[in-house]
Amino acid sequence: MVDITPADGIPPAEVAEVELYHPRSWWTKYVFSQDAKVIAIQYSATATGIGLVALVLSWLMRLQLGFPGTFDFITPEAYYQFITMHGMIMVIYLLTALFLGGFGNYLIPLMVGARDMVFPYVNMLSYWIYLLAVLVLVSGFFAPGGPTGAGWTLYPPQAILSGTPGGQGWGIILMLSSLILFIIGFTMGGLNYVVTVLQGRTRGMTMMRLPLTVWGIFTATVMALLAFPALFVASVMMLLDRALGTSFFMPAISEMGEQLPHNGGSPILFQHLFWFFGHPEVYIVALPAFGIVSDLISTHARKNIFGYRMMVWAIVGIGALSFVVWAHHMYVSGMHPYFGFFFATTTLIIAIPTAIKVYNWVLTLWRGDIHLTIPMLFALAFIVTFVNGGLTGLFLGNVVVDVPLSDTMFVVAHFHMVMGVAPILVVFGAIYHWYPKVTGRMLNEMLGRFHFWVTFLGAYLIFFPMHYLGLMGVPRRYAELTDMTIMTESAHHLNSFISIMAFIVGFAQMVFLFNLIWSIRHGREAGGNPWRATTLEWQTPHTPPAHGNFGKDLPIVYRWAYDYSVPGAKEDFIPQNMPGSFGPSREPA
Amino acid sequence: MAVALVLVLIVVGSVLFHLLSPWWWTPIASNWAYIDNTIIITFWITGIVFAAVVLFMAYCVFRFRHREANRAAYEPENKRLESWLTIVTAVGVTALLVPGLFVWSRFVNVPSDATDVEVVGQQWQWSFRLPGKDGKLGTSDTRDVSADNPLGVIGGDPNGQDDVVVEAADLHLPVGKPVKMLLRSIDVLHDFYIPEFRAKMDMIPGSVTYFWFTPTRTGTFQVLCAELCGQGHPLMHGVVVVDTQQDYVAWLGQQQTFAQLSAPQQTGSVEQAPGKTTGLKIAAKLETAGAR
Repeated sequence: MVDITPADGIPPAEVAEVELYHPRSWWTKYVFSQDAKVIAIQYSATATGIGLVALVLSWLMRLQLGFPGTFDFITPEAYYQFITMHGMIMVIYLLTALFLGGFGNYLIPLMVGARDMVFPYVNMLSYWIYLLAVLVLVSGFFAPGGPTGAGWTLYPPQAILSGTPGGQGWGIILMLSSLILFIIGFTMGGLNYVVTVLQGRTRGMTMMRLPLTVWGIFTATVMALLAFPALFVASVMMLLDRALGTSFFMPAISEMGEQLPHNGGSPILFQHLFWFFGHPEVYIVALPAFGIVSDLISTHARKNIFGYRMMVWAIVGIGALSFVVWAHHMYVSGMHPYFGFFFATTTLIIAIPTAIKVYNWVLTLWRGDIHLTIPMLFALAFIVTFVNGGLTGLFLGNVVVDVPLSDTMFVVAHFHMVMGVAPILVVFGAIYHWYPKVTGRMLNEMLGRFHFWVTFLGAYLIFFPMHYLGLMGVPRRYAELTDMTIMTESAHHLNSFISIMAFIVGFAQMVFLFNLIWSIRHGREAGGNPWRATTLEWQTPHTPPAHGNFGKDLPIVYRWAYDYSVPGAKEDFIPQNMPGSFGPSREPA
Repeated sequence: MAVALVLVLIVVGSVLFHLLSPWWWTPIASNWAYIDNTIIITFWITGIVFAAVVLFMAYCVFRFRHREANRAAYEPENKRLESWLTIVTAVGVTALLVPGLFVWSRFVNVPSDATDVEVVGQQWQWSFRLPGKDGKLGTSDTRDVSADNPLGVIGGDPNGQDDVVVEAADLHLPVGKPVKMLLRSIDVLHDFYIPEFRAKMDMIPGSVTYFWFTPTRTGTFQVLCAELCGQGHPLMHGVVVVDTQQDYVAWLGQQQTFAQLSAPQQTGSVEQAPGKTTGLKIAAKLETAGAR
């Protein structure tokens, strides 16, 4: 921070500003909008809407598992349709869309100091194609035979055969078509985010001054652009197998006494393609959460994030490593067993940068000035949940330990903890944190605390005991757990308990939704920077930020994003766009 | 204050749950106690890390909570601390990985005296095939599957004639003898899983996969399918009975060979094989369920 003046170290503007697209009607302002902030809200609202469908589906499946035989309408067929749609919606249409399309669109331009995404028109198309993908997905519920029940992993051959709901009907076709559309839409948005971060930063905003939120979303987007094509080709190939009778994934099959015309295909090829996408996908969801939670902790503990450079390299390192660990989802798939040595090693290595991130979060708390605001509570809950879920990953990643646990409820508990609950807690924390910027009003504090405690403790009570069902050997994806010699009576009671907790946690989300809507009008006025944060989105002249974000002149950045409690400074935060020196610089360069 | 307390309670509660809850693995019935030991090592290491991180957080929340005139310290980096933590983590990860890979190499290298046993999965039942007196299984092909040849044994292969075929019925194994389970499927993915044996592996149509184990105690064990295989998946149960050598020989004597089953005068008797229609029964049950 020392000796930094506008003349020193701040590059001159390289190009003149390009005039933004200005909407001329209500339609182009709020519906077919090219403003990233509006697109972000469209993405978030759509993702939340479809996420509610997935929440209801989870209730239905927990009804069946907790109280087997009580609900006649939940046939095995329906149960598999519920779990499939629940999984796919949560992973792709909710989490991916919300983090990248929602948070990415809102925060990237504001945080890097840009007026908008660099390709606003393509950005708009991205949303509308995403919406189309969601509609195609939902249409599965109304198609003859219903949606696919192949499990969210869609493993062939069963995914396109008659023993699986929707396999020979419309279900699987609509699912694959929807995925293809989603990927096309995402690619349009993703290219935008990457180019905006690389080319749209304001003067003085070097890469190593970016808030970690932007690093997380940026790295996740790069990964998604590399990983989604694998899912894209797998979807196209399976669609051809299903519709035209090709045999990419279909070997010779004798189904229910009938020889099928397929021949010579490889079911395991699909699994490799799926997980080459699927594992990076875990981090596509996790890295934005890592980034956001870093900023929440730093802001609300009034302390710079500990080890910023290490945090950046850990994000990039995790992103790169996540492309060479995919087959740890396939230890018992029947692939060559020697692959196990390689993939177990890479998988456990990825634990190291991940652990560093956890250390740096808790070390940020050390000697901080911790304000237990709702975003901070969610951040703390995220650390607990993520550490728990990450550590059970060491069981499943360590090939031989995975053998008894694979395909059991242990896996279900693990991935819900680490990529379901943990990122969702960050989403909540982030909404409580940025809602004042988006609407100009604070969310209700009391409702927020209620929502926090029920969600955090409830989710922990759902998923922590579930690991032990898996340890017992209870398999996942069982529509009914009858006649299971390994399951004791008390294990069935545990299942009922888990189901009841699931309804309670689900109910708390209704309170949250109410809070979101109610506070738009009735929330306390927030002002421009209620959290006294340093990053650029809090320094806008208008709240909510107007079209173009920053008024007449773009901000100039003089410091990193974490100048909290700088010795010698009067306030306990110094915005990134504030010039001047406050004692010797310790900003990592 | 309350938050710090809750964090401590989460650690204490999780540890107590782990120690006191009645839900734990089934009593082991195979040689894979190695796997159980690796799980125990993993529980210890991860449990310590979990408790350490969360308790540290609880302390920070308590000690450094906001009070008037508090100010946070300003310390962007601490290279020494960061390197130390990285090294300690790497050591912990190695302590997990080395025993894990060691046991994995045992798991994938089948002892030479293991007997082959073939498992064939189909929607939604299990069948088995044992080598006959020649000790060799005949070759097979899904294309050869028919009502008279449910496992698709290639009729022209002399090795296959004396193979013992157990269609949709219980498998018996002698205690104390290593077996190599050769896994096949004729339709979709399945997974042959017996919780007490700790081992499982997917079965893929068009391939033969395997795992091996030695049953260490007699008893009756339930086979579960562990890979989603359509709507009959949760009902795809089977039975493996681990016998004393004597009982095993007696059971084996009652089984029929491939040659016996495919001889024309014998085809009628196949229909009476116990449990023959498990898969169909499940299909019928599902249809009723669908009609509800």
